[in-house]
Amino acid sequence: MIEAQGLSKRLGGRLVVSDVSLRCEPGTVTGFLGPNGAGKTTTLRMLCGLSHPDAGSATVLGVPYAQLPNPGREVGVLLDAAAQHPGRRGREALAVSAQTMGVSPARVDELLDRVGLERSAARKRVRAYSLGMRQRLGIAHALLGDPRVLILDEPANGLDPEGIRWMRELLRDFADRGGTVLLSSHLLREVEMVADRLVIIANGRIVAAGTRAELLSNVGSTVVQATDAAALGAALSAAGLAAQASGADGAYVVDAEPEAVGRAALDGGVVLTRLGPSESAGLEDLFFDLTSGSDA
Amino acid sequence: MSARTFTRPGMNRLAAVELRKAIDTRAGLWLQIAVGLLTLLAVGVVVAVGNDEDRTLQSVLNVAIQPATLLLPVIGILLVTSEWSQRMALITFALVPQRGRIVVAKILAALGLGVVVYVLCVVLSLLGAAVAGSNDPDRWDLSAALLGGTAIYLLTAMTQGVAFGAAIRSSAPAIVAFFVLPILFALVGEIRPLHDAFGWLDLTRTMDPLANGESLSATEWARVGTSLLLWMVLPLGIGITRLLRGEVRA
Repeated sequence: MIEAQGLSKRLGGRLVVSDVSLRCEPGTVTGFLGPNGAGKTTTLRMLCGLSHPDAGSATVLGVPYAQLPNPGREVGVLLDAAAQHPGRRGREALAVSAQTMGVSPARVDELLDRVGLERSAARKRVRAYSLGMRQRLGIAHALLGDPRVLILDEPANGLDPEGIRWMRELLRDFADRGGTVLLSSHLLREVEMVADRLVIIANGRIVAAGTRAELLSNVGSTVVQATDAAALGAALSAAGLAAQASGADGAYVVDAEPEAVGRAALDGGVVLTRLGPSESAGLEDLFFDLTSGSDA
Repeated sequence: MSARTFTRPGMNRLAAVELRKAIDTRAGLWLQIAVGLLTLLAVGVVVAVGNDEDRTLQSVLNVAIQPATLLLPVIGILLVTSEWSQRMALITFALVPQRGRIVVAKILAALGLGVVVYVLCVVLSLLGAAVAGSNDPDRWDLSAALLGGTAIYLLTAMTQGVAFGAAIRSSAPAIVAFFVLPILFALVGEIRPLHDAFGWLDLTRTMDPLANGESLSATEWARVGTSLLLWMVLPLGIGITRLLRGEVRA
Protein backbone atom coordinates (compact mmCIF):
# COMPACT_ATOMS: atom_id res chain seq x y z
CA MET A 1 0.00 0.00 0.00
CA ILE A 2 1.35 3.40 -1.03
CA GLU A 3 -0.49 6.60 -0.30
CA ALA A 4 0.44 10.19 -1.13
CA GLN A 5 -1.57 13.25 -0.20
CA GLY A 6 -1.01 16.62 -1.82
CA LEU A 7 2.73 16.28 -2.36
CA SER A 8 4.40 19.45 -3.59
CA LYS A 9 8.05 20.20 -4.15
CA ARG A 10 9.89 23.26 -5.38
CA LEU A 11 13.43 22.72 -6.65
CA GLY A 12 15.64 25.52 -7.89
CA GLY A 13 12.72 27.95 -7.81
CA ARG A 14 10.60 25.73 -10.07
CA LEU A 15 7.48 23.93 -8.87
CA VAL A 16 8.48 20.41 -9.90
CA VAL A 17 5.65 18.54 -8.19
CA SER A 18 2.35 20.18 -7.40
CA ASP A 19 -0.38 18.69 -5.23
CA VAL A 20 0.21 15.09 -6.24
CA SER A 21 -1.99 12.49 -4.57
CA LEU A 22 -2.02 8.83 -5.42
CA ARG A 23 -2.95 5.52 -3.91
CA CYS A 24 -1.64 2.08 -4.81
CA GLU A 25 -3.45 -0.95 -3.43
CA PRO A 26 -1.97 -4.36 -2.62
CA GLY A 27 -2.36 -6.79 -5.49
CA THR A 28 -2.14 -4.11 -8.15
CA VAL A 29 0.41 -2.63 -10.50
CA THR A 30 0.20 1.13 -10.91
CA GLY A 31 1.86 2.75 -13.90
CA PHE A 32 3.11 6.27 -13.24
CA LEU A 33 3.26 7.86 -16.65
CA GLY A 34 4.53 11.16 -17.87
CA PRO A 35 7.05 12.77 -20.17
CA ASN A 36 10.62 13.25 -19.01
CA GLY A 37 10.79 16.11 -16.55
CA ALA A 38 7.13 15.82 -15.54
CA GLY A 39 7.97 15.21 -11.87
CA LYS A 40 7.87 11.40 -11.69
CA THR A 41 11.30 10.91 -10.17
CA THR A 42 10.88 13.71 -7.63
CA THR A 43 7.54 12.22 -6.57
CA LEU A 44 9.07 8.75 -6.16
CA ARG A 45 11.97 10.22 -4.16
CA MET A 46 9.52 11.91 -1.82
CA LEU A 47 7.74 8.56 -1.34
CA CYS A 48 11.10 7.06 -0.30
CA GLY A 49 12.10 9.78 2.14
CA LEU A 50 15.01 10.93 -0.02
CA SER A 51 13.40 14.29 -0.67
CA HIS A 52 11.37 16.29 1.85
CA PRO A 53 8.08 17.57 0.41
CA ASP A 54 7.33 21.29 0.83
CA ALA A 55 3.71 20.31 1.36
CA GLY A 56 1.76 17.09 1.68
CA SER A 57 2.73 13.71 3.04
CA ALA A 58 3.19 10.15 1.96
CA THR A 59 3.03 6.76 3.61
CA VAL A 60 4.15 3.31 2.56
CA LEU A 61 2.49 0.37 4.34
CA GLY A 62 0.76 2.91 6.54
CA VAL A 63 3.78 4.81 7.86
CA PRO A 64 6.10 7.46 6.45
CA TYR A 65 8.90 5.62 4.63
CA ALA A 66 11.61 7.00 6.91
CA GLN A 67 9.86 5.48 9.90
CA LEU A 68 10.01 1.94 8.55
CA PRO A 69 12.50 0.22 10.87
CA ASN A 70 14.24 -1.71 8.10
CA PRO A 71 12.85 -0.31 4.84
CA GLY A 72 14.73 -2.73 2.56
CA ARG A 73 12.76 -5.65 4.02
CA GLU A 74 9.42 -4.06 3.24
CA VAL A 75 9.88 -1.83 0.22
CA GLY A 76 12.01 -2.62 -2.81
CA VAL A 77 13.29 0.57 -4.37
CA LEU A 78 14.97 1.10 -7.73
CA LEU A 79 15.33 4.79 -8.46
CA ASP A 80 18.25 4.76 -10.87
CA ALA A 81 19.89 1.63 -12.19
CA ALA A 82 22.98 3.61 -13.11
CA ALA A 83 23.42 4.57 -9.45
CA GLN A 84 25.85 1.82 -8.48
CA HIS A 85 29.54 2.10 -7.69
CA PRO A 86 31.24 1.20 -11.00
CA GLY A 87 34.27 -0.21 -9.17
CA ARG A 88 32.24 -2.76 -7.20
CA ARG A 89 31.45 -6.22 -8.49
CA GLY A 90 27.79 -6.91 -9.22
CA ARG A 91 27.49 -9.66 -6.67
CA GLU A 92 29.27 -7.56 -4.03
CA ALA A 93 26.86 -4.65 -4.65
CA LEU A 94 23.98 -6.95 -3.68
CA ALA A 95 25.92 -8.51 -0.80
CA VAL A 96 26.57 -5.09 0.77
CA SER A 97 22.86 -4.29 0.79
CA ALA A 98 21.98 -7.80 1.99
CA GLN A 99 24.29 -7.23 4.95
CA THR A 100 22.68 -3.85 5.67
CA MET A 101 19.20 -5.37 5.71
CA GLY A 102 20.28 -8.47 7.55
CA VAL A 103 19.33 -10.82 4.72
CA SER A 104 21.20 -14.09 4.31
CA PRO A 105 24.01 -14.00 1.71
CA ALA A 106 22.44 -17.07 0.07
CA ARG A 107 19.61 -14.82 -1.04
CA VAL A 108 22.07 -12.88 -3.22
CA ASP A 109 22.74 -15.89 -5.45
CA GLU A 110 19.07 -16.76 -5.48
CA LEU A 111 18.26 -13.31 -6.88
CA LEU A 112 21.12 -13.27 -9.37
CA ASP A 113 19.54 -16.44 -10.79
CA ARG A 114 16.08 -14.96 -10.67
CA VAL A 115 17.01 -11.89 -12.72
CA GLY A 116 19.14 -13.91 -15.10
CA LEU A 117 22.56 -12.51 -14.24
CA GLU A 118 25.03 -15.32 -14.69
CA ARG A 119 27.86 -16.03 -12.25
CA SER A 120 30.44 -14.73 -14.69
CA ALA A 121 28.50 -11.47 -15.08
CA ALA A 122 28.03 -11.14 -11.32
CA ARG A 123 31.80 -11.36 -10.87
CA LYS A 124 32.37 -8.41 -13.19
CA ARG A 125 32.60 -4.86 -11.95
CA VAL A 126 29.46 -2.82 -12.54
CA ARG A 127 31.49 -0.51 -14.81
CA ALA A 128 31.40 -3.26 -17.46
CA TYR A 129 27.61 -3.66 -17.30
CA SER A 130 25.24 -2.60 -20.05
CA LEU A 131 22.23 -0.55 -18.99
CA GLY A 132 20.08 -3.66 -19.35
CA MET A 133 22.35 -5.60 -16.97
CA ARG A 134 22.28 -2.72 -14.51
CA GLN A 135 18.47 -2.77 -14.63
CA ARG A 136 18.52 -6.49 -13.86
CA LEU A 137 20.95 -5.89 -11.00
CA GLY A 138 18.70 -3.06 -9.80
CA ILE A 139 15.62 -5.31 -9.89
CA ALA A 140 17.53 -7.99 -7.97
CA HIS A 141 18.49 -5.30 -5.47
CA ALA A 142 14.89 -4.20 -5.09
CA LEU A 143 13.72 -7.78 -4.49
CA LEU A 144 16.57 -8.67 -2.13
CA GLY A 145 14.71 -8.01 1.12
CA ASP A 146 11.60 -9.94 -0.01
CA PRO A 147 9.50 -6.75 0.14
CA ARG A 148 5.75 -6.31 -0.11
CA VAL A 149 5.98 -3.08 -2.06
CA LEU A 150 8.03 -2.18 -5.15
CA ILE A 151 8.80 1.38 -6.22
CA LEU A 152 10.61 1.41 -9.55
CA ASP A 153 11.67 4.41 -11.61
CA GLU A 154 11.89 3.68 -15.36
CA PRO A 155 12.83 0.02 -14.76
CA ALA A 156 12.32 -0.93 -18.40
CA ASN A 157 14.79 1.67 -19.62
CA GLY A 158 17.61 -0.10 -21.45
CA LEU A 159 15.97 -3.53 -21.44
CA ASP A 160 15.54 -5.33 -24.74
CA PRO A 161 12.04 -6.52 -25.77
CA GLU A 162 12.67 -9.91 -24.18
CA GLY A 163 13.78 -8.14 -20.98
CA ILE A 164 10.69 -5.95 -20.95
CA ARG A 165 8.50 -8.99 -21.31
CA TRP A 166 10.40 -10.74 -18.50
CA MET A 167 9.94 -7.75 -16.20
CA ARG A 168 6.26 -7.49 -17.04
CA GLU A 169 5.77 -11.10 -15.96
CA LEU A 170 7.83 -10.59 -12.83
CA LEU A 171 5.80 -7.55 -11.76
CA ARG A 172 2.49 -9.23 -12.60
CA ASP A 173 3.48 -12.23 -10.51
CA PHE A 174 4.61 -9.99 -7.64
CA ALA A 175 1.26 -8.18 -7.63
CA ASP A 176 -0.75 -11.40 -8.01
CA ARG A 177 0.86 -12.67 -4.82
CA GLY A 178 -0.47 -9.61 -2.99
CA GLY A 179 2.33 -7.15 -3.55
CA THR A 180 1.97 -3.48 -4.41
CA VAL A 181 3.85 -2.16 -7.43
CA LEU A 182 4.38 1.44 -8.51
CA LEU A 183 6.46 1.85 -11.63
CA SER A 184 7.15 4.93 -13.66
CA SER A 185 7.76 5.27 -17.35
CA HIS A 186 7.71 7.90 -20.03
CA LEU A 187 6.58 5.29 -22.54
CA LEU A 188 2.95 4.23 -22.50
CA ARG A 189 3.77 0.99 -24.33
CA GLU A 190 6.02 -0.18 -21.52
CA VAL A 191 3.40 -0.01 -18.81
CA GLU A 192 -0.01 -0.32 -20.41
CA MET A 193 0.16 -4.10 -20.67
CA VAL A 194 1.07 -4.70 -17.06
CA ALA A 195 -0.53 -1.82 -15.16
CA ASP A 196 -3.94 -2.25 -13.55
CA ARG A 197 -4.14 1.46 -12.98
CA LEU A 198 -2.48 4.40 -14.66
CA VAL A 199 -1.59 7.72 -13.10
CA ILE A 200 -0.61 10.33 -15.66
CA ILE A 201 1.48 13.31 -14.63
CA ALA A 202 2.40 16.36 -16.67
CA ASN A 203 4.16 19.50 -15.52
CA GLY A 204 4.16 18.26 -11.95
CA ARG A 205 0.40 17.72 -11.76
CA ILE A 206 -1.71 14.58 -11.99
CA VAL A 207 -3.81 15.00 -15.11
CA ALA A 208 -5.57 11.64 -15.11
CA ALA A 209 -5.78 8.53 -12.96
CA GLY A 210 -7.74 5.31 -13.13
CA THR A 211 -8.00 1.94 -14.79
CA ARG A 212 -7.56 1.79 -18.54
CA ALA A 213 -11.32 1.46 -19.00
CA GLU A 214 -11.99 4.45 -16.75
CA LEU A 215 -9.47 6.57 -18.60
CA LEU A 216 -10.97 5.60 -21.93
CA SER A 217 -14.62 5.82 -20.90
CA ASN A 218 -15.00 9.24 -22.44
CA VAL A 219 -12.92 8.41 -25.48
CA GLY A 220 -14.98 5.37 -26.53
CA SER A 221 -14.09 4.62 -30.10
CA THR A 222 -14.20 1.34 -32.00
CA VAL A 223 -11.91 -0.16 -34.60
CA VAL A 224 -13.59 -2.14 -37.31
CA GLN A 225 -12.36 -3.90 -40.44
CA ALA A 226 -14.12 -5.92 -43.11
CA THR A 227 -13.32 -8.02 -46.16
CA ASP A 228 -14.78 -5.23 -48.29
CA ALA A 229 -13.67 -1.83 -47.01
CA ALA A 230 -15.88 0.19 -49.36
CA ALA A 231 -19.02 -1.77 -48.42
CA LEU A 232 -18.19 -1.29 -44.75
CA GLY A 233 -17.80 2.46 -45.25
CA ALA A 234 -21.16 2.60 -46.97
CA ALA A 235 -22.82 0.54 -44.23
CA LEU A 236 -21.41 2.82 -41.52
CA SER A 237 -22.58 6.01 -43.21
CA ALA A 238 -25.99 4.40 -43.90
CA ALA A 239 -26.26 3.83 -40.12
CA GLY A 240 -25.31 7.45 -39.49
CA LEU A 241 -22.04 6.63 -37.73
CA ALA A 242 -19.09 9.00 -38.00
CA ALA A 243 -16.24 6.84 -39.32
CA GLN A 244 -12.68 7.62 -40.21
CA ALA A 245 -10.46 5.43 -42.37
CA SER A 246 -7.40 4.48 -40.37
CA GLY A 247 -4.25 3.42 -42.16
CA ALA A 248 -3.94 1.50 -45.42
CA ASP A 249 -5.46 -1.76 -44.13
CA GLY A 250 -9.02 -0.64 -44.78
CA ALA A 251 -9.89 -0.33 -41.09
CA TYR A 252 -12.15 2.42 -39.74
CA VAL A 253 -12.16 4.11 -36.36
CA VAL A 254 -15.77 4.80 -35.42
CA ASP A 255 -17.14 7.09 -32.74
CA ALA A 256 -19.52 4.51 -31.34
CA GLU A 257 -19.78 1.40 -29.20
CA PRO A 258 -18.81 -1.92 -30.84
CA GLU A 259 -22.41 -3.13 -30.69
CA ALA A 260 -23.71 -0.21 -32.81
CA VAL A 261 -20.93 -0.78 -35.32
CA GLY A 262 -21.70 -4.50 -35.47
CA ARG A 263 -25.39 -3.84 -36.17
CA ALA A 264 -24.49 -1.40 -38.93
CA ALA A 265 -22.31 -4.07 -40.52
CA LEU A 266 -25.09 -6.65 -40.19
CA ASP A 267 -27.59 -4.31 -41.84
CA GLY A 268 -25.13 -3.70 -44.67
CA GLY A 269 -24.35 -7.40 -45.04
CA VAL A 270 -20.63 -6.88 -44.59
CA VAL A 271 -18.28 -9.63 -43.36
CA LEU A 272 -16.23 -8.27 -40.44
CA THR A 273 -12.69 -9.40 -39.83
CA ARG A 274 -12.07 -7.20 -36.80
CA LEU A 275 -14.27 -5.40 -34.29
CA GLY A 276 -13.24 -3.98 -30.92
CA PRO A 277 -12.60 -0.95 -28.79
CA SER A 278 -9.63 1.00 -30.11
CA GLU A 279 -8.05 0.94 -26.66
CA SER A 280 -4.43 1.23 -27.50
CA ALA A 281 -4.72 3.97 -30.05
CA GLY A 282 -7.20 5.77 -27.83
CA LEU A 283 -4.95 5.56 -24.80
CA GLU A 284 -1.99 6.78 -26.74
CA ASP A 285 -3.97 9.75 -28.04
CA LEU A 286 -5.21 10.47 -24.53
CA PHE A 287 -1.72 10.29 -23.09
CA PHE A 288 -0.44 12.58 -25.79
CA ASP A 289 -3.30 15.06 -25.39
CA LEU A 290 -2.90 15.18 -21.61
CA THR A 291 0.82 15.63 -21.63
CA SER A 292 1.51 17.53 -24.84
CA GLY A 293 1.18 20.86 -23.06
CA SER A 294 4.37 20.05 -21.17
CA ASP A 295 7.56 21.73 -22.20
CA ALA A 296 9.69 18.65 -21.74
CA MET B 1 1.51 -12.01 2.70
CA SER B 2 1.59 -12.18 6.45
CA ALA B 3 2.56 -9.26 8.61
CA ARG B 4 6.17 -9.40 9.70
CA THR B 5 8.06 -7.22 12.11
CA PHE B 6 11.52 -5.96 11.47
CA THR B 7 14.13 -4.36 13.63
CA ARG B 8 16.38 -1.49 12.72
CA PRO B 9 19.88 -2.52 11.63
CA GLY B 10 22.18 -1.97 14.60
CA MET B 11 25.10 0.45 14.55
CA ASN B 12 27.56 -2.46 14.66
CA ARG B 13 26.12 -3.82 11.46
CA LEU B 14 26.04 -0.42 9.74
CA ALA B 15 29.65 0.25 10.69
CA ALA B 16 30.67 -3.19 9.41
CA VAL B 17 28.87 -2.47 6.12
CA GLU B 18 30.61 0.89 5.78
CA LEU B 19 33.97 -0.72 6.48
CA ARG B 20 33.21 -3.26 3.78
CA LYS B 21 32.26 -0.45 1.36
CA ALA B 22 35.55 1.29 2.15
CA ILE B 23 37.61 -1.63 0.96
CA ASP B 24 35.57 -3.63 -1.56
CA THR B 25 36.00 -1.31 -4.54
CA ARG B 26 38.91 -1.13 -6.91
CA ALA B 27 40.01 2.28 -5.55
CA GLY B 28 39.81 1.04 -1.96
CA LEU B 29 41.75 -2.10 -2.83
CA TRP B 30 44.60 -0.17 -4.49
CA LEU B 31 44.85 2.31 -1.65
CA GLN B 32 45.30 -0.54 0.80
CA ILE B 33 47.88 -2.19 -1.41
CA ALA B 34 49.70 1.15 -1.69
CA VAL B 35 49.66 1.66 2.09
CA GLY B 36 50.89 -1.90 2.63
CA LEU B 37 53.71 -1.70 0.09
CA LEU B 38 54.87 1.76 1.20
CA THR B 39 54.88 0.67 4.84
CA LEU B 40 56.91 -2.44 4.01
CA LEU B 41 59.27 -0.34 1.94
CA ALA B 42 59.70 2.31 4.65
CA VAL B 43 60.37 -0.28 7.35
CA GLY B 44 62.64 -2.22 5.00
CA VAL B 45 64.75 0.83 4.21
CA VAL B 46 65.17 1.77 7.88
CA VAL B 47 66.08 -1.77 8.83
CA ALA B 48 68.48 -2.16 5.93
CA VAL B 49 70.37 1.10 5.94
CA GLY B 50 69.64 2.84 9.26
CA ASN B 51 72.25 3.25 11.99
CA ASP B 52 71.76 1.77 15.45
CA GLU B 53 69.74 4.77 16.58
CA ASP B 54 67.39 4.54 13.59
CA ARG B 55 66.75 0.87 14.12
CA THR B 56 65.18 1.11 17.55
CA LEU B 57 61.54 0.07 17.84
CA GLN B 58 60.52 3.65 18.55
CA SER B 59 62.19 4.95 15.44
CA VAL B 60 60.94 2.12 13.21
CA LEU B 61 57.37 2.66 14.38
CA ASN B 62 57.68 6.35 13.71
CA VAL B 63 58.57 5.58 10.10
CA ALA B 64 56.10 2.70 9.74
CA ILE B 65 53.02 4.76 10.42
CA GLN B 66 53.88 7.53 7.95
CA PRO B 67 52.36 5.93 4.82
CA ALA B 68 49.17 5.12 6.73
CA THR B 69 48.74 8.62 8.15
CA LEU B 70 49.32 10.06 4.70
CA LEU B 71 47.15 7.76 2.58
CA LEU B 72 44.57 6.14 4.84
CA PRO B 73 42.52 9.36 5.28
CA VAL B 74 41.92 9.19 1.53
CA ILE B 75 39.90 6.03 2.20
CA GLY B 76 37.96 8.08 4.76
CA ILE B 77 37.34 10.76 2.14
CA LEU B 78 36.26 8.28 -0.55
CA LEU B 79 34.03 6.52 1.96
CA VAL B 80 31.81 9.61 1.92
CA THR B 81 32.41 11.13 -1.50
CA SER B 82 31.70 7.85 -3.31
CA GLU B 83 28.14 8.07 -2.00
CA TRP B 84 27.76 11.14 -4.20
CA SER B 85 30.28 10.80 -7.00
CA GLN B 86 29.63 7.09 -7.47
CA ARG B 87 25.91 7.64 -6.90
CA MET B 88 25.57 5.25 -3.99
CA ALA B 89 23.53 7.67 -1.90
CA LEU B 90 20.17 6.69 -3.40
CA ILE B 91 20.68 3.11 -2.24
CA THR B 92 22.35 3.88 1.07
CA PHE B 93 19.74 6.33 2.31
CA ALA B 94 16.82 4.35 0.94
CA LEU B 95 17.99 1.44 3.11
CA VAL B 96 18.83 3.64 6.13
CA PRO B 97 16.67 6.78 6.10
CA GLN B 98 18.22 8.10 9.33
CA ARG B 99 21.05 9.85 7.53
CA GLY B 100 22.92 10.81 10.68
CA ARG B 101 23.35 7.13 11.53
CA ILE B 102 25.20 6.61 8.27
CA VAL B 103 27.63 9.41 9.15
CA VAL B 104 28.26 7.84 12.55
CA ALA B 105 28.73 4.44 10.90
CA LYS B 106 31.23 5.90 8.44
CA ILE B 107 33.25 7.53 11.21
CA LEU B 108 33.25 4.26 13.17
CA ALA B 109 34.32 2.38 10.04
CA ALA B 110 37.15 4.85 9.39
CA LEU B 111 38.29 4.58 13.02
CA GLY B 112 38.04 0.80 12.91
CA LEU B 113 40.15 0.67 9.78
CA GLY B 114 42.62 3.06 11.41
CA VAL B 115 42.93 0.85 14.50
CA VAL B 116 43.48 -2.31 12.43
CA VAL B 117 46.13 -0.64 10.29
CA TYR B 118 47.77 0.88 13.35
CA VAL B 119 48.03 -2.50 15.06
CA LEU B 120 49.52 -3.97 11.88
CA CYS B 121 52.07 -1.12 11.83
CA VAL B 122 53.06 -1.86 15.42
CA VAL B 123 53.42 -5.59 14.67
CA LEU B 124 55.46 -4.83 11.57
CA SER B 125 57.65 -2.45 13.57
CA LEU B 126 58.28 -5.12 16.21
CA LEU B 127 59.31 -7.54 13.46
CA GLY B 128 61.43 -4.87 11.82
CA ALA B 129 63.19 -3.99 15.05
CA ALA B 130 63.81 -7.67 15.78
CA VAL B 131 65.31 -8.23 12.34
CA ALA B 132 67.34 -5.02 12.56
CA GLY B 133 68.99 -6.12 15.82
CA SER B 134 70.13 -2.62 16.76
CA ASN B 135 72.89 -2.38 19.37
CA ASP B 136 71.25 0.69 20.90
CA PRO B 137 70.54 -0.05 24.62
CA ASP B 138 67.07 1.56 24.24
CA ARG B 139 66.17 -0.50 21.21
CA TRP B 140 63.02 -2.04 22.69
CA ASP B 141 61.84 1.08 24.47
CA LEU B 142 58.41 2.18 23.43
CA SER B 143 56.92 5.12 25.28
CA ALA B 144 53.21 5.25 25.95
CA ALA B 145 53.38 8.83 24.69
CA LEU B 146 54.56 7.68 21.25
CA LEU B 147 52.05 4.84 21.06
CA GLY B 148 49.18 7.04 22.16
CA GLY B 149 50.32 10.10 20.25
CA THR B 150 50.75 8.34 16.92
CA ALA B 151 47.46 6.51 17.37
CA ILE B 152 45.63 9.78 18.02
CA TYR B 153 47.40 11.29 15.04
CA LEU B 154 46.24 8.52 12.70
CA LEU B 155 42.69 8.31 14.05
CA THR B 156 42.05 12.05 13.94
CA ALA B 157 43.40 12.09 10.39
CA MET B 158 40.90 9.36 9.47
CA THR B 159 38.02 11.30 11.01
CA GLN B 160 39.24 14.42 9.28
CA GLY B 161 39.10 12.53 5.98
CA VAL B 162 35.46 11.59 6.59
CA ALA B 163 34.75 15.22 7.57
CA PHE B 164 36.33 16.64 4.40
CA GLY B 165 34.47 14.10 2.30
CA ALA B 166 31.17 15.00 3.97
CA ALA B 167 31.68 18.74 3.55
CA ILE B 168 32.92 18.70 -0.05
CA ARG B 169 31.21 15.54 -1.43
CA SER B 170 33.34 15.35 -4.54
CA SER B 171 36.37 13.05 -4.47
CA ALA B 172 39.09 15.01 -6.25
CA PRO B 173 38.34 18.43 -4.71
CA ALA B 174 38.06 16.84 -1.26
CA ILE B 175 41.40 15.06 -1.60
CA VAL B 176 43.11 18.18 -2.94
CA ALA B 177 41.61 20.29 -0.14
CA PHE B 178 42.70 17.72 2.43
CA PHE B 179 46.34 17.92 1.34
CA VAL B 180 46.68 21.46 0.01
CA LEU B 181 44.67 23.55 2.47
CA PRO B 182 46.94 22.72 5.45
CA ILE B 183 50.00 23.72 3.40
CA LEU B 184 48.46 27.03 2.33
CA PHE B 185 47.33 27.59 5.89
CA ALA B 186 50.83 26.96 7.21
CA LEU B 187 52.25 29.43 4.68
CA VAL B 188 49.80 32.10 5.79
CA GLY B 189 50.81 31.29 9.36
CA GLU B 190 54.36 32.30 8.52
CA ILE B 191 53.22 35.91 8.31
CA ARG B 192 54.70 37.38 11.47
CA PRO B 193 51.59 38.94 13.11
CA LEU B 194 49.62 35.73 12.54
CA HIS B 195 52.28 33.31 13.68
CA ASP B 196 51.21 33.03 17.33
CA ALA B 197 47.51 32.74 16.61
CA PHE B 198 48.16 30.04 14.03
CA GLY B 199 49.97 28.09 16.72
CA TRP B 200 46.43 27.36 17.93
CA LEU B 201 44.94 26.64 14.52
CA ASP B 202 47.60 25.05 12.34
CA LEU B 203 46.98 21.32 12.74
CA THR B 204 50.42 20.41 11.42
CA ARG B 205 52.06 22.45 14.15
CA THR B 206 49.74 21.44 16.99
CA MET B 207 49.92 17.71 16.15
CA ASP B 208 53.68 17.66 15.71
CA PRO B 209 54.51 16.88 19.37
CA LEU B 210 51.93 14.05 19.36
CA ALA B 211 53.43 12.47 16.26
CA ASN B 212 56.88 12.69 17.81
CA GLY B 213 55.80 10.95 20.98
CA GLU B 214 56.37 13.92 23.29
CA SER B 215 54.34 14.36 26.46
CA LEU B 216 52.00 17.27 25.92
CA SER B 217 51.39 20.12 28.33
CA ALA B 218 47.86 21.31 29.05
CA THR B 219 48.39 24.23 26.69
CA GLU B 220 49.58 21.93 23.95
CA TRP B 221 46.50 19.74 24.39
CA ALA B 222 44.36 22.86 24.17
CA ARG B 223 46.12 23.77 20.92
CA VAL B 224 45.40 20.28 19.57
CA GLY B 225 41.76 20.77 20.55
CA THR B 226 41.31 24.17 18.93
CA SER B 227 42.99 23.13 15.69
CA LEU B 228 40.84 19.98 15.53
CA LEU B 229 37.76 22.16 15.95
CA LEU B 230 38.76 23.98 12.80
CA TRP B 231 39.98 21.06 10.69
CA MET B 232 37.78 18.19 11.88
CA VAL B 233 34.68 19.38 13.74
CA LEU B 234 33.85 22.30 11.45
CA PRO B 235 33.91 20.38 8.16
CA LEU B 236 32.04 17.52 9.81
CA GLY B 237 29.39 19.96 11.03
CA ILE B 238 29.06 21.46 7.56
CA GLY B 239 28.80 18.00 6.02
CA ILE B 240 26.16 16.74 8.46
CA THR B 241 24.08 19.90 8.11
CA ARG B 242 24.15 19.61 4.31
CA LEU B 243 23.19 15.96 4.54
CA LEU B 244 20.32 16.30 7.01
CA ARG B 245 18.77 19.35 5.37
CA GLY B 246 19.38 18.56 1.75
CA GLU B 247 17.94 16.39 -0.93
CA VAL B 248 19.51 13.03 -1.59
CA ARG B 249 20.31 13.27 -5.26
CA ALA B 250 22.87 11.27 -7.02
